[in-house]
Amino acid sequence: MKKKAKILTLVLAAALLVVGGAGCTGGEETQEQFKIGIIQYNSHVALDTAREGFVAALQENGYVEEQNISIDYQNAQGDQSNMTTISDRFVSNNVDLVLAIATPAAQMVAGKTAEIPILATAITDFAEARLVESNEAPGGNVSGTTDMNPIKEQIDLLVKLAPEAKTVGVLYTSNEDNSILQAAMAKEAIEALGMTYVEATVSTSNEVQQAAQSIVSQCDAIYIPTDNVFASAMPVVFGVTAESKTPVICGESGMVYSGGLATLGINYYDLGYQTGLMAIKIFKGEAEPATMPIESATRFDFAINGTVAEDIGIEIPADLQKYVIIPEE
Amino acid sequence: MLQIILGAVSQGLLWAVMTIGVYITYRILDIADLSVEGTITMGAAIAAYSIYSGVDPYQATILAMLGGMLAGLVTGILHTKLQIPALLSGILTMIALYSVNLRIMGKANLSLLRMDTVFTFFQNFGLSRNNAVIVMGLLCVAVLVCLLYWFFGTEIGCAIRATGNNPQMVRAQGINTNTMIILGLVISNGLVAASGALIAQSQSFADIQMGIGSIVIGLASVIIGEVLFGKRNFFNCLVSLVLGAITYRVIIAVVLKMGMPANDLKLFTAITVAVALALPVFKTYLRPLKKSLKMKEDLQDVNSEGNI
Repeated sequence: MKKKAKILTLVLAAALLVVGGAGCTGGEETQEQFKIGIIQYNSHVALDTAREGFVAALQENGYVEEQNISIDYQNAQGDQSNMTTISDRFVSNNVDLVLAIATPAAQMVAGKTAEIPILATAITDFAEARLVESNEAPGGNVSGTTDMNPIKEQIDLLVKLAPEAKTVGVLYTSNEDNSILQAAMAKEAIEALGMTYVEATVSTSNEVQQAAQSIVSQCDAIYIPTDNVFASAMPVVFGVTAESKTPVICGESGMVYSGGLATLGINYYDLGYQTGLMAIKIFKGEAEPATMPIESATRFDFAINGTVAEDIGIEIPADLQKYVIIPEE
Repeated sequence: MLQIILGAVSQGLLWAVMTIGVYITYRILDIADLSVEGTITMGAAIAAYSIYSGVDPYQATILAMLGGMLAGLVTGILHTKLQIPALLSGILTMIALYSVNLRIMGKANLSLLRMDTVFTFFQNFGLSRNNAVIVMGLLCVAVLVCLLYWFFGTEIGCAIRATGNNPQMVRAQGINTNTMIILGLVISNGLVAASGALIAQSQSFADIQMGIGSIVIGLASVIIGEVLFGKRNFFNCLVSLVLGAITYRVIIAVVLKMGMPANDLKLFTAITVAVALALPVFKTYLRPLKKSLKMKEDLQDVNSEGNI
């Protein structure tokens, strides 16, 4: 008798679930809609704004939510086991396109489907994350936009602010893969502009002082990529460069606040917007991920430290004046 | 719907391996071992890095298991030899493993997309990804349940079980309880790491953050399994654990499918676990009620018999 009751409850529960599930899926397909699934790894300003940019791009180009597209936005809140379920949900709902925000989200969906087009954003290197065969020709169902630090553009900024520079010194940490990669790219960009490249590396923050002192005598301007050691040791670098009046261009705005001269960086809203435009191409059938090269940002945000500029006697060009910030003491 | 359920079942089977590991410490040894959050990532890290460097996926999974056992050994030594409270020993191992895991992978995220995994073998037979995971998961779980059932029936296995129940009595029998606790932690963390290795291969990447919250999932699965599927004997317990892990995943999947915002999911998880934990108490409230009903029935029976 007890067993029967137990079975009955289980059956009833199962029936409820099925009915409930059916109730939720029905009643949506009134007209032909593009179904978009957005899977976001975590709540985070950069990731949130990238998503907003994506939705804005669709909206401004006539793809309005609840009219001709439906957006199923799911945030895994950093819990990777949830991402599996979210990916399964997208695959079983057979969405027309998935937007994956951040690397783990993209990897999860890419592992689940080889058919549904996936656009990903806020990913540094698609090839390194094995999401695509190569960044130029993805070859699968994944494409998107990278948030790789715009090193070439940062070196261009350096030339603009210090036009008479002949030799550029690069400071970085020799045991950070990310820094080594960026230094190599910086070298390429510097030499392409006909300047000389010199470098000084450190392995811990204790060596920053010596490294900075050794390099200021050899160069006219300094470039520092995004680097964890230098990010925290910028005041030390500034102590040396303020004396020698050497301009320092950095990899990210945080370093500009703590003593760098200027940077330009990714704007995640624009990056998301750019991803949205790629999605529209896919909707219109003009392109498919396999042949869409990974795009990098085309618009950047400047940050120029007004106090530092004054200290080392750099004239900020008129068109960059509006980006000057005066950090509070 | 079916695909989501299948996906959940496949995940549940992989998490079941971890659930059994958690059960060994939490129920058998009566220790809350938090090193699990580190060892699950460690298993994933070792497996991902090994596969990345060209090691056969099966060997990589076994390597991961050995790594987890080593981590369990560390927790065990901290707890028994250095007499650090169990909770703290677990936490120490967990935070230490964060750095170790970063060292193993060399970076925070290691992708396994388009690489051979333990599931590739079944996918080559034309099975879909989820089905391949289910077949492999079933195989692992079946072997594991049989092995553990045998092991905990041996002399050493019984000693481990007894250690959790009544350490004084066990010591009186001339058994070293410290050795038994270490052994239990080693087995438990080995299983958790193996589970991490399988999960990483099924989700096609290992990530430094993937262990966060895993202990809650493990405990929830243990409790859901015990409450819903019983714990009459040891074999029944092991099967319940597997079913519990699957049920947990299915509940989450169904709730997500029905459109609960993912942001509310953690709250829902907490409520589910709380309800599962409280079920035995509800049952005790129900028992007197049932008894009185039964008495009434019996009385009626007696009355009707008396009438004849």
